[in-house]
This record gives sequence, structure tokens and C-alpha cells, in this order.
Amino acid sequence: MSDQNKQKAHIRFVLNGETAEVAFAPHKTLLEVLREDLGLMGTKHGCELGECGTCTVLVNGRSILSCLMLGLDAEGQDVKSIEGMANGAQLHPLQETFADTGAAQCGYCSPGFLLVAEELLKKNPTPDRETIKEALSGNLCRCTGYIKIYEAVELAAARMRGEEMELPRASVYGLE
Amino acid sequence: MANNSSKNGKPLNVVGKPFRKVDARAKCTGQTKFADDIVLPRMLFCKILRSHEPHALIKNIDVSKALALPGVIAIITGKDLPIPYGILPVSQDEHALCLDKVRFIGDPVAAVAAIDEDVAFDAMNLIKVEYERLNTISSIEEAVLIEEPRIQDYGDAGNIHKKVSLEFGDVEAGFAEADLIREDVFFYEGNTHLPMEQHAAVAYFDPDNKLTLWSSTQTPHYVHRALTKVLELPASHIRVIATPNGGGFGGKSDPFNHEVVVCKLAMITGRPVKNTLTREEVFYCHRGRHPVLMHVKTGVKKDGAITGMHFQSFLDGGAYGSYGVASTFYTGALQTVTYDVPRYKFQGLRAFTNKPPCGPKRGHGTPQPRFALEVQLDKIAEQLKLDPAAMRRSHLVKPNTVTANYLRVGSMGLGQCIDKVVAGSDWKNRFSGWDQSNRKLPYGKGIGFACSSYICGAGLPIYWNNMPQSGVQLRLDRQGGVCVMCGSTDIGQGSDSILAYIVAEVLGIDPFDIRVVTADTDLTPVDLGSYSSRVTLMTGNAAIQAAERARELLVMAVAEKLSVPIENLSLAERRVFDVENPEVGVSFAEAVVLAESKFGTIGTVGSYSPPRSPGKFKGAGVGPSPAYSYSAAVAEVDVDPDTGIVVVERVWIAHDIGKSINPMLVMGQVEGSVYMGLGEVLMEEMVYRANRNVVHKFPSMLEYKSPTTMEMCDVKTYLIEDPDPNGPYGAKEVGQGPLLPVPPAVANAVYDAVGVRIDEVPITPEKVLKALKEKAKGRDGRYGPTAVPNVEWPEPLRVLTPAEGGDGKEMPRVAVHS
Repeated sequence: MSDQNKQKAHIRFVLNGETAEVAFAPHKTLLEVLREDLGLMGTKHGCELGECGTCTVLVNGRSILSCLMLGLDAEGQDVKSIEGMANGAQLHPLQETFADTGAAQCGYCSPGFLLVAEELLKKNPTPDRETIKEALSGNLCRCTGYIKIYEAVELAAARMRGEEMELPRASVYGLE
Repeated sequence: MANNSSKNGKPLNVVGKPFRKVDARAKCTGQTKFADDIVLPRMLFCKILRSHEPHALIKNIDVSKALALPGVIAIITGKDLPIPYGILPVSQDEHALCLDKVRFIGDPVAAVAAIDEDVAFDAMNLIKVEYERLNTISSIEEAVLIEEPRIQDYGDAGNIHKKVSLEFGDVEAGFAEADLIREDVFFYEGNTHLPMEQHAAVAYFDPDNKLTLWSSTQTPHYVHRALTKVLELPASHIRVIATPNGGGFGGKSDPFNHEVVVCKLAMITGRPVKNTLTREEVFYCHRGRHPVLMHVKTGVKKDGAITGMHFQSFLDGGAYGSYGVASTFYTGALQTVTYDVPRYKFQGLRAFTNKPPCGPKRGHGTPQPRFALEVQLDKIAEQLKLDPAAMRRSHLVKPNTVTANYLRVGSMGLGQCIDKVVAGSDWKNRFSGWDQSNRKLPYGKGIGFACSSYICGAGLPIYWNNMPQSGVQLRLDRQGGVCVMCGSTDIGQGSDSILAYIVAEVLGIDPFDIRVVTADTDLTPVDLGSYSSRVTLMTGNAAIQAAERARELLVMAVAEKLSVPIENLSLAERRVFDVENPEVGVSFAEAVVLAESKFGTIGTVGSYSPPRSPGKFKGAGVGPSPAYSYSAAVAEVDVDPDTGIVVVERVWIAHDIGKSINPMLVMGQVEGSVYMGLGEVLMEEMVYRANRNVVHKFPSMLEYKSPTTMEMCDVKTYLIEDPDPNGPYGAKEVGQGPLLPVPPAVANAVYDAVGVRIDEVPITPEKVLKALKEKAKGRDGRYGPTAVPNVEWPEPLRVLTPAEGGDGKEMPRVAVHS
């Protein structure tokens, strides 16, 4: 039944590096709290049933599906959403390479992919293609066929390692 | 690769280069505002009660309990929105909320506006609907046999929505010339777009009595028209803004009930109203790939040259018309633009069934017949002991010709496409050559080939008119700012960026200097929408025209100021300068100041109308296009004969793009198309429980299987640039065409791998195993349908082919036909 007479829950947690405090209907998921009560629309929803990975955020550095986590459980946790990925106006290398390679077509799944990729590169700065595929296997994208996403992750990984790397010519212009 | 210069030899600075998309940064930072991201003060949330019955009369709707729930502001039912609408003028058969009858599980019945989503949801569940169940129609076969009850009260007969019959030349005479005639039956299961973004819409009726709708639609112009009709408001009082679409693929191309409903509720309540579909509702929205049963009879000479083709298609349309009449024609239109088909007959039938309506999905109506045609050609090649790639290669439609069914083919790069994938895949050393005893790959590994073609925009608009299909307005301001306005809708394919690249190319500025304003019926000139792969070609040409008109004003003013002949002036690197003395020039911003001083405020327009089609017969409206893209693909598969599991390891694909406006975005479209074709051929299916309930088996993303990173194959892409005179800088489409060869290439590869024919999509492990078992028993190693319904077709409309001296008009009907 309707919750409008129920008391709101109230939590404090770290959101994108800043202390946040928010009150919300206690049944709400972290996804709903972020979008509806904190106004952070960067976290998207694709199914709200834990099937597509679109709503991924990082909680204490680990990727979780925010549609399956209660907002209440964020109490005291460190949550990072796409809004917290860039360093001020300086985009994260993954954001740069996603933009440069066309890994974001419609862009709807991109926040989820970006955060999962960030988690991966933190754990493994030199992932091979198979490792990247495995890490991203819980996120669906309908536009790209994933290939430009793999390439963006590989490019960012190389740049984060301090290597100079550009996309292979064949990835941009096709094979000769 | 073609060299990167325009027709007049001027080097291209923007076109052909892999620029970032103009909206890429927003998309990678979560800042792109999709429809559900819009929140307005005092906004209400809407939920739509949908039918649990597949076919029933609505006897009574009791909303009293729901209305009494605190927080509920308004409830509407069908009687509040009695005017029907639909995307095609010939099928205005939808109501935003069903009037007296529901036709599928998911049909909308009532809508609630409440202070929040929870209250709206609770109120929705308090609405009591009394239904009187009707018998259901669940398949093409049933629809053909059972006339009553009718799902719709219009159509060609009973539950048959549409029957078409066209004959170009004497097909029987073609068969008489053939050395081999094959008849095959195929089935292509329906599937859905599954965009990651669920559709959402927000409406606001402002204090000046004007209505604004923000919606994740691919076709704001058509939504605008539908709202005007249903809400009985002047078009000038309605503003439709298409928000960036979180994936479309054709699934957001119809005017939708939830869009109408939020507008009505906003008008009633005076408050903004939002509706966001749940994922389950998106499955019911559907408008996806039609399930199509096909019978193909093709006559060929010994060398594989086609002498005649008779193609029959039977479409399961679901409960409403949607784009279905166009879809039906499309299942018969593009068979003729790849290989020469001198005589061609097409019969198509679309049935109504009690399922979510089918419509346009990436490739609209053409992946199904392309699958049938390319698999049948593989069988023909085997019978003729010909290499399937070489056989196709030797009978290609020639460039600059008109096909038997009056489609004008311009540039035609399919030959180059075939050569690229044949060489790249090492086809000649890996294809078995039909000799299983002398395999080149081990049993279980196989390689398959297919080609395809797709339109670059439909030749005709959806509603008949003489106006342009695309318009662009440019505004240049005295600071040097350029704003390009166009009704086109970015659904992720990058259409906003294409506008910026083209205008930047013509005006010699950076694409990121440009402000792009699109998809807003108040601010932007009409573009018909993001469908039929029309946007790059049509808006691109309109943008070139607008930009060249602006360029002309700039060079006239600059020439006068610098006393340089107009023809000496060039625009590049944000400057207008004398090509003979490049240091003589002005900055772009100064050029605008000069032009504005001379001519007044600088604004130009451009528009695009496709060339007239040579076909003049009834039905000639579907198929013509300013240009056709071409693709060829080789798929390599690994089939486990013990489990029937097919793994596609690699696809080589070559696509004739004409000219890449941005090669990186083209690559992305090719890869995405291969992905979607892979999903269709291996796993994706919209299927229903086959009892009278017609319940969708799995309206969820978990169980509607789509490829993850673990199923996606490696893709080797070749871009062929054979510029088309009708395309902007020669460009053709890429968003849809490269999907088409993938399903048949995979099916043909499965045959090469294990020797069974799966004449049905998707090719699931069960089907492969069944066919392998049949083969092991010495029977036909095939899985697929064996017959099509026996229906009475109307007398075909006959048209003499161009080769027979036809003029594109239908011949007078003769009373007797054998």
C-alpha cells in the first residue's frame, strides 16, 4: 500500500567523495534514492530487476547493481556514481576514451560500463581482451556490439599505465 | 580507401575524419538528459493499467476505489480519448486507452495520475475492469483460417489485415527458361528492439494553454501529428521535444499510448505528468520484428543466373496495424537490388493476432526475406556445384539501373564487398566446397556467406505530401557562432554530430564550434524522423544546402571587403581567405560581421526531397530510395554436434558506405549491426504460450536472451567507399544494412559445419540437435517449416519490367488469369 503516511528513512553516507544526507521512503532502492531523492540522474535504469547492469555504481570500490540494493544499506558506505568519476572538469581516462572511440553510442548504458571498467582497471591495470569481456559480461549494450567498449578500455588502460597508445587504424577506418 | 576530397577536389577537413561525437562528453559523464531524467516542479506520476486479457470486451471499468485513494489526482479511461490514431494513414486503429475491447495482454485500459509512482501504482491496482473474454488468434495459420471474432474491424478479410500481390514481367516464362527451380519454406521468428532505455514521456500544459511533450521518440514529427488529432488541439499549440533516445532501433517510431495519456492528464490536472514504462511494458509496446513465414520459388540457369522469382511472405502482425502495411511491402521489395532478377512476383499477407503489435525493427521487413533468399541461394549453389560467393558475384545488379520492380540502383559496391570478405576470410581455402568428404575445416567448424542491401531513406513520406522530407535552418551570429537546427532525432547513431560535421566542413570551422538544436517541433524545421536509414542522406543534403547558402553570403561580403574575386575565396580553419594569397583573409567571425552588415541577420535554410521513383503502380511507394547500401559477410561458426550449441567465432563484413562522414561512427554502426544480427540468428525471440491466453513467455531482460560480451563474436570490418551521387559527399546508410547478411551467413555456416539446414531463425541448440538426429536417421537433415497456408490471393497487379519496355505503370487488369 501507499507509503505516504509512513515515516521516511534517513541516512548519511559518502557520495562521490562528499558527505550526503537524505530522507526517503524506506523501501526505496539505492537507484531510486540517487535519482529521485538526490537528483543524480546519471545512474540509469534498464530493468530494475538486476538483469542488465545499467544502474551499476561503486560501493566501497565494488560494482553493485543499485536497483538491487536498498538505499538504507548505503548508510555509512562510500558510494560512487558516474557523477563522481571525473576529477572536477578533468575526465577520467576511461571517459575520454569512451568518448573518443564512440564506445558511447546512445550513451544510456555507458555510466554502468564506465564504472565497471574503472573497477576492473583498479584491480588489473593490464587486462587482456578476455579479461575485459568477463568483467563487462554483466552489462548489456544494444548499440555497440561491445567492440568499441573493449577498445576504449584497452586504450584507457594503456594510457593509465603511462603508455602512448592510439586506436589501431583498422578499428577506425576498417581493414584495408 | 577512396581519397578524402570532395567532388570539386577540395580537400576535406572534417568529413571522413574520426571526430568525437558532439554529445560524447555528456554521454560519458552521465549528463545527457533522457526523458526519464526530466523532473518538473509539482510533477505527477502516471501509471497505465494494462489488460491481462488477450482478447476481450470491456464491460465495465470501476475507478471509484482508485480515485478515493489519497494522492490520486486524476484517472482517465478510453472514453476520455475517443479519437483513434496510428502511424500510417491507412491504419488509424489505436486508442490511447482501449474503448470497448482489448486485443492483447498489455493493451492499455486506464491511466492514473498521482503524486508519486507508489500511489499511482496502488491506485492502478484498485481499478476494477470487467471483461468478457473472446476467442483468441495466436498465429498466422489461425488468422488465415478463423474469421470470427475479428481482432480489428477493418482489413482485407476476417483477421487478414492486408494482402498484396504484384507481378513484374511474366514469372512463369522465367521459370520456363530455368535449368533449376527451387522451392523452399523459411520462418523468421519475431524479436524485439530491447533498447536499454525504457520509453518515457513527460507532458506539461503551460499557463498559456500550450502543451509540451518530452519523449523518447524517434519520430517527434509524427507524434506531433498524432497528438494534434487525438487531443483536438491546433498543432501550433503543441510542442514535441524528442529527448536523446537511449537506443531506438525502430522501437520508438510509432506514436505511443503513454505519450497521448500523459498529455491528456497534464491538460486535465494542469500539472506536469510523467510516465516511464517498466521493462515488462516495453515488451508489450514492442513494434518489433514481424515473425514471417516465407515460400520462395526461384528459377536459375546453370551458372546461377536468376530467371524468375516468386516470393510469398506471411507476417504475424500482432493486434494493431502500426507500420505493418509498409512492413508487408518491405518483405517483398529489396529482393531485386542485389542480384539481377529479371522477372519477379511478390505476394504478401499480414495477419492480425492477439499479441503486441509488430512494426519496424532495424532493417524493417527485410532481414526476414534476406534470410530466406540468401539461404536458398546457398542451396542453389550446392545443387549447381558452384561456389556460393562466386555465383552471387557473377550476377550482381549493375550500377545505374532500374530493377524489374522499378527500384533505381545508383552506386553499387557489392562486388568490392564480396571480394574483401572472400579474401579476408580466406574463403577459398576454408569453405568445404560442398564436398563433405573433402572438408577443409574439421567437422563442427564451418563458414558461410551472404550478401544484402538496404535503403538510404524511403523515397516517399508516410503521409502523402509534396514538401521536403528534411529541413535544416542555419543561424550565424556576429560573434561567429553557428547554430544548426533540424528536426532529426539522435537515437545514438550520431545524427546531431553528422549535422555539425557537414556544416563545419562547408563553412570551414570546427564541428565543436557549432550548436546543434534538433528534434523540437517548436524550434526546428521538420525532419521526418530517425527511421528507414534516412537521416545522414537526407539531413546531410539539407545541411549542405543551408551551409552553402550561408557560405555564399559570407564570400560575397568578404570578396567585396578584400577586393578578391569570389571564386578565389576558401573557407577553412575558421578563416575566409584568398587561395592564391592565403594570408589575405578574415576570420570566420569577421566574415559573419561583414555579411551581417551587408545583408542583415544571417539565416539560411536547406531542404531535401528524394528523387522521384520510376515506379508508378499502386505499391510502388515502398522500396524506392535515393541510394542503396550494400553489405557482404562471411561467418565462421563452431557447432557442437552433441549439444547443438552454435558459437559464432568471427564475422568478416564489408559494407558499401558510399563515403564515411565519420569512419569511426560507421565502424560502430557496422559492429552494432553485426551484434544485433547475431542476437536474432542465435537467440532472440518474442514468443508466446501457445494456449488461448497468448501470454508472452518472458517479458524480461534475463530471459529474453540477448548477446552479452561472452556471446559477441569477433568482427573484421571493411568499409567500401563507392560514393553515391545522391548522398552527401557520396555517403550512404550504415545503421541497418550490415545487420542483414549476418543471420543467413550464420545459417549457411552451420550447414557447412555439420551438414544440417536450419531454415528458421533463431538457430537454437534444440533445432540443430533435432536436425542432426534426423540426418543421423538418414532423413532430411533440416529443421524448419514445410508449408505455408493455402490462401486465395488477389489477382496480381501486373507491371511490365523496364527490360520489357514497361513504363512503371500497372497493366490493365485482365479478367481471366490462369
